[in-house]
Amino acid sequence: MCLGIPARVTQIDASGLGKVDYLGTKIRVNFSLLEEIKPGDWVIVHAGFAISKLDEQEAQETLSLLREIAAKEDDREAGP
Amino acid sequence: MKELRQRDITRALLRDIEKKTRELGGPVRIMEVCGTHTMTIHRYGLKQPLEEAGIDMVSGPGCPVCITPNEIHEACLDLLTKRENLILASFGDMTRVPTGRGSLQTAVPARSSRLKIVYSPEESLGLARANPDKEVVFFGVGFETTIPSIAFTAKKARQEGVLNYSVVASLWLIPPALRAILEAGETAISGFLYPGHVSTIIGVRAYEFIPQEYRLAGAIAGFEPNDILLGITAILDQIRNGQPGVANEYKRAVSSSGNLLARAIMQEILEEKDATWRGLGRIPRSGLKLRAPYAAHDALEKFGLSLNERSGGLAGCRCGEILRGVISPPQCPLYITACSPDSPRGPCMVSFEGACYISYKFGRRERSKKV
Repeated sequence: MCLGIPARVTQIDASGLGKVDYLGTKIRVNFSLLEEIKPGDWVIVHAGFAISKLDEQEAQETLSLLREIAAKEDDREAGP
Repeated sequence: MKELRQRDITRALLRDIEKKTRELGGPVRIMEVCGTHTMTIHRYGLKQPLEEAGIDMVSGPGCPVCITPNEIHEACLDLLTKRENLILASFGDMTRVPTGRGSLQTAVPARSSRLKIVYSPEESLGLARANPDKEVVFFGVGFETTIPSIAFTAKKARQEGVLNYSVVASLWLIPPALRAILEAGETAISGFLYPGHVSTIIGVRAYEFIPQEYRLAGAIAGFEPNDILLGITAILDQIRNGQPGVANEYKRAVSSSGNLLARAIMQEILEEKDATWRGLGRIPRSGLKLRAPYAAHDALEKFGLSLNERSGGLAGCRCGEILRGVISPPQCPLYITACSPDSPRGPCMVSFEGACYISYKFGRRERSKKV
């Protein structure tokens, strides 16, 4: 039920309706629960509504933390 | 974003978790509140490696299909089978939940009435606009993730004057349920893995009473396997430091106060009420109903339906205990022998987020799978 998919906004009109691209598929979405959304933003879509805008900087920080873990793992595997 | 699923990172995180549980002196039990987390843990084969690393994950009440009590299903059955000229719009899995009188799928609708599966609350309002000569009732079920969309749709119905549209509000709030689980004290847990998408709406602060009043560790996590492992790691760190808190390991989607616009819409349209959950019983201020100006769109009011709280469920079904984390699915005597996704005897075997369904679907594979 609380399944949400991350998708990129492709289109939004003045009434808050628009579309997102999810793995190449265009899906109709209502953006009325979010402020200041524009094409190119990433959002979480749930039951036809965008419920959260994804913060790119925070996403990058999580990814770089995970990359650090991966690098340590490589060192460990290459180690003595 | 491949790092969120990368196997070598998963292995490194699991090794770190194992080290931490060893330092803590034994297995640590964590409740994953959300059914979508349960699904991720099983789908990516994390259940057994986590057990080997000293983490016992227990499923919580986070499946709205599962915790909706029998009497609300029966009210919807009454609408579908006794009211003529009505369309009952519902999310798909709600329609397969069995009651003593069958499910919405097996029920025979009254004359000129029918069941229609929808994917979005807005779709149900569209049905009402397209069928002005019929009553359209939306079986609106959900946690905070879904509630703002349902509230928004009810608001729109009133604004547009769609008088043939109403909602059976089956709306549930997570924080009061977590308090109820802790108050009951039946399940010894050392931390909560908080639901990621509920948290996008309610924010980090909504859980702060848990470390403050109950001294229990917790972390909000996203839905990729490595998101979940980061959440578990944060919980272990809090336990080790003796400083329970609410770690946010899903910062890309969750802020400290959540989605303020969505919360304002919920607040405007809906008000809190005491509500009875399947398995958890009556919990103060844990449910929502439409406020008085929206009474014309409240299906229970509109059709004069009352909920019979003594209607119970199907005999032998132990969903209630599963939802409280007291037993695991294989401990239910009906599991597999008399209850399966093809022929479910309770909602936990119906929902894609139900603990029994997930255990049934992935259980066999997990026994032979290694990360």
